[in-house]
Amino acid sequence: MEFILILGAKSDIARALAIVYARHGYNLFLAARNAKELERFASDLQIRYQVEVRMKEFDVTEFSSHQLFFTSLNPMPSGTLFCIGYLGTLPASAKEITEIVHTVEVNFTGCATILSVVANEYEKKRTGFIVGISSVAGDRGRTSNYIYGSSKAAVSAFLSGLRNRLHPSKVHVLTVKPGYVRTKMTKDLSIPEKLTSSPEKLAEHIFRSQQKGREVIYSFRIWRLIMLIITHIPEKLFKRLSL
Amino acid sequence: MPGYLNIHESDTRNLTSWGNYPVVESSVFMCNDEQEARSYILNEGTTIPRGNGRSYGDSALGKNVINLLQLNKFISFDDQSGILHCESGVLLEDIVRIFLPQGWFLRVTPGTKLITVGGAIASDIHGKNHHQAGCFSSNVLDFRLLLSDGTCITCAPDQNSEIFRATCGGMGLTGIILDSRIKLQQVTSRNILQQTIKSENLQSTFDLFDKHELEPYSVAWIDSLASEKNLGRCLFMKGDFACDGNLNYSPSKSLNIPFYFPVFCLNTMSVKAFNYLYYNKIRDNFIESTVSVDAFFYPLDAVNNWNRIYGRQGFTQYQFVLPKEKSFDGLREILIRIHRSGQGSFLAVLKLFGKENENYLSFPCEGYTLALDFKVSPGIFRLLEELDKIVLSCNGRIYLSKDVRMNTAMFRKGYEKLDGFLKIRKELRADAKFISLQSIRLQL
Repeated sequence: MEFILILGAKSDIARALAIVYARHGYNLFLAARNAKELERFASDLQIRYQVEVRMKEFDVTEFSSHQLFFTSLNPMPSGTLFCIGYLGTLPASAKEITEIVHTVEVNFTGCATILSVVANEYEKKRTGFIVGISSVAGDRGRTSNYIYGSSKAAVSAFLSGLRNRLHPSKVHVLTVKPGYVRTKMTKDLSIPEKLTSSPEKLAEHIFRSQQKGREVIYSFRIWRLIMLIITHIPEKLFKRLSL
Repeated sequence: MPGYLNIHESDTRNLTSWGNYPVVESSVFMCNDEQEARSYILNEGTTIPRGNGRSYGDSALGKNVINLLQLNKFISFDDQSGILHCESGVLLEDIVRIFLPQGWFLRVTPGTKLITVGGAIASDIHGKNHHQAGCFSSNVLDFRLLLSDGTCITCAPDQNSEIFRATCGGMGLTGIILDSRIKLQQVTSRNILQQTIKSENLQSTFDLFDKHELEPYSVAWIDSLASEKNLGRCLFMKGDFACDGNLNYSPSKSLNIPFYFPVFCLNTMSVKAFNYLYYNKIRDNFIESTVSVDAFFYPLDAVNNWNRIYGRQGFTQYQFVLPKEKSFDGLREILIRIHRSGQGSFLAVLKLFGKENENYLSFPCEGYTLALDFKVSPGIFRLLEELDKIVLSCNGRIYLSKDVRMNTAMFRKGYEKLDGFLKIRKELRADAKFISLQSIRLQL
């Protein structure tokens, strides 16, 4: 039976994804730091959906461990979902060197190294899928979170390149750009209710889109429009706005 | 800022339980895991644990409420012994959906599967097999209880046994049940072989219960508006799991009642018509049928929010039990009184209980129990006070999970083991921490 790998399995979106894939009969590798904390979540999934769930220790910033991490998974997962994101402590993330480095390493460098390993394996086998969670914040940099945003911009560009490269090998890459989602990461932020999705809704949307082979999705269709407008505001004007 | 959502730890809202009466402003804390529960207990004031809010009255209402529906993880299941270990917010519905196809079912289930395991323990619920299987607690191997000081203890019939006996049926007033191990029973089918027998009057109803004592599941629906020679006539239903080996279970779809019915929809005429039609829908005096587990155990779950037919004012359920030797006369008097009042009940459910257990506040004792639904209206509480007097004169008692209005005297006389409960509650310092509207009303 097929296994799916979920990287960053402790996040709210990752948990919601784990539930959806388990409900559809997929076995799971749940990878995270201190993965043992996921024990109860894992036992619940196994009993509820009668699938196999294994916890795997994974640190996205231990770049050199990524090769061994992935190749030692047995069986090799037929799909990989990258759900790691670090928002950073605002506004320190734009000013403190360690915060900047950490944000970029978690969001981008780690994403690029692990998914490159995954891509190499999938390319060899000519099968598999990759889902990467990027962000609308990557579509244009803004005062409020441009370190996070630029690292996610890099993720989006990376995933688009990966999709291009893997297309001939029939490996599918889905880029997810959620707008606001009600999660632990955003719990202290004031965010507009109408534009805010729940992890459960987003996970269903991601599952359907992955199964259908779509390329880039937003959490709501309206976000595509919003970001289209935002990316087309002339820089001369944009720099004066407070967004 | 309007239109913006802020996520607070606790959320202030109007809260009510299944009876839609009363509605009170509460600060509700949604608890996600054990650590959160502990820090909430240590850092906040008084509270009352709440599951799916299916108790009828004010047991799970209070100024502050900790909602445990997210504490809903399955921990382990042993398919040799049938022992299930799960967190207290798991719904019975999930247990049935997951384990019935594997040949396992709850040993004791109430008339709805939309309650949590924690709620089942706190109300020490009973089902149609009480005369043989006892209450829910008789299948609880142990549970972990979070106390008012933030510590956590394991309670079992032979470990912290006094606290175990106070917590089963203790209405959440001893602490927060975090997880528990319960025993499931092995079954061979998703179907129940059901027999329905019509009785003409109260005496023949009683005879049926005695005659079918050995049947695992039995219950009767009483026509609460019949009188004189028909007084106490019923449809007696008994059943057992079929032997067809068919475990292909998927939950039945349910209808939804999307709004509260206007007040005038439910009146004496409509209740009378319903009772008449329901009783006469069965022409023969005896019919046998094979029905699904859902139809047999959970007929009302087929209609979501069925409580809305009672209108926005809400309703209350009056469920009492009378000791067996006094059951006949007591029930007769109560049915006459209800008939005279004209305040019929849609659903009057009669059941013969088996032996009483040792728990301090568990409801069942050997004798007949009758459950009646009444729309909340100006006259209703007066009628219920009259019924209280009859129940009291028969040494009966009222079920706390349904109650929303009984007075302290009624409660004290009905529950003889109350003092022992209060002592344990004090020792655990739970009386200063776990407080519901009901516990205040009954000076618990």
